[in-house]
Amino acid sequence: MNMSMMLATAARVLKQLRHDPRSIGLILVVPALLLAVVYYLFENETLPSGVPRTFDRVGLMMLAIFPFVVMFLVTSITMLRERTSGTLERILTTPIHKVDLLFGYGLAFSIMAALQAGVATAFAYFVFDLEIDGSPGLVILVAVINAVLAVALGLLCSAFASTEFQAVQFMPVVVVPQILLCGLFVARDGMADWLEAISNALPLTYSVDALQEIAANTDATSALWTDLTIIAGCVVVVLILASLTLRRQSR
Amino acid sequence: MSYPQADPAAAVVVNELQIRRGKTTVLDGLDFTIGGGAITGLLGPSGSGKTTLMRAIVGVQHISAGSIQVLGHPAGSAALRSKTGHVSQSPSVYPDITVEDNVQYFGALHSMPRSRTDEAIDAVGLRPFAKRKTADLSGGQFSCVSLACALVSRPDVLILDEPTVGLDPVLRVELWEQFAAMAAAGTTLIIPSHVMEEASHCDSLLLLREGRLLAQLTPGKLRELGGTDDLELAFLRLIRSLPKETAA
Repeated sequence: MNMSMMLATAARVLKQLRHDPRSIGLILVVPALLLAVVYYLFENETLPSGVPRTFDRVGLMMLAIFPFVVMFLVTSITMLRERTSGTLERILTTPIHKVDLLFGYGLAFSIMAALQAGVATAFAYFVFDLEIDGSPGLVILVAVINAVLAVALGLLCSAFASTEFQAVQFMPVVVVPQILLCGLFVARDGMADWLEAISNALPLTYSVDALQEIAANTDATSALWTDLTIIAGCVVVVLILASLTLRRQSR
Repeated sequence: MSYPQADPAAAVVVNELQIRRGKTTVLDGLDFTIGGGAITGLLGPSGSGKTTLMRAIVGVQHISAGSIQVLGHPAGSAALRSKTGHVSQSPSVYPDITVEDNVQYFGALHSMPRSRTDEAIDAVGLRPFAKRKTADLSGGQFSCVSLACALVSRPDVLILDEPTVGLDPVLRVELWEQFAAMAAAGTTLIIPSHVMEEASHCDSLLLLREGRLLAQLTPGKLRELGGTDDLELAFLRLIRSLPKETAA
């Protein structure tokens, strides 16, 4: 590990983004706009007293899912560009360690993810009066860890794509199944056993579970920390796999 | 600028080198030594294996058989990452950040202080454009950014793929003066090219055809063998006179 090389990489990635204000705008604003759509979808529902609004359940999950989708795409395309432009090969001829390179990427996009989650969460609370028992800080924490997971998956998937067109196709393969099976559409208890088994193996499931824990409890529960540990473990494993795809030498 | 001293005896030693890609043999039975502190040109028609050979010396190309020693280490070994620099023909820099940010980043990857960034930018004449976005520069300036990103680490062995092609005459002369100064200070420069104007600036030349080494000689010797002062013509005569089978 070389801190300064890692930070230099993160700074370079952020500078690249800074010269692309439209992307920054899309990253920061789009999740909040989509949240508005979710809000108005359920605006006219009639609920018996005491039952929480659907928005409080679905909107909350969206706070984890939006950064997951956006960061996956942004990362896999950025990394693919790095591979195809020859800059990745050039960087790998320098003394930087692969881990520093990947962590630099992870750090830069995590900062963007934190900003995105901050904006979306603020919208949910202040504009749409999201009501949950737990603290918004924990919600942002889950959103950020979830975004880091997406960054790691994006870095890994970019190795299997040789064009940007292919890279985008990994979204339905890697991201959509996780959204379908995470408990958003059907509670996991209600799934067929084999689907629940697949769901258990997908990391997004644990993010959504973590958010449900936050929603139902005022303080952080041990189940929440277990969920976060599992996601963090997935991040490490996926990053290690991604570093194996970075070859200093081509055949 | 001062440059680090390299071993003047032999910077690159290539022994029985063979490189296959899939079923094609790109390079076959290459044997040569490149002296330190000199400019060596690598000439050959398109597809003769110049780029593959350069990539192998930098260590990004897998070797099928034989060996390449750079500064006493096998090509591509970790010890060489701080000592070699490579500027590919298509400039590998980030178009969406400024010139300065590009050079500074590559400097940081070599743990170089900030002052080196300014020196490298000055060396390629891009001072007035330092704060400009790299994508907004002209093609020639764009390649100079890539060159500056290699100069910033002051490598002992520097491989430059056609470094001055497409540049204006003033900058071209200045760069060749700098390359000569670097070589005099001990840096080994290897310059693959098919532009004879570049070859004339080299101390020695390697002639490559169809993955085999035809000859290693000075530009003067090439003129003599070709019986003309025109390097281009001499190169053509030599490459046509040698039969393909016995070429070695």
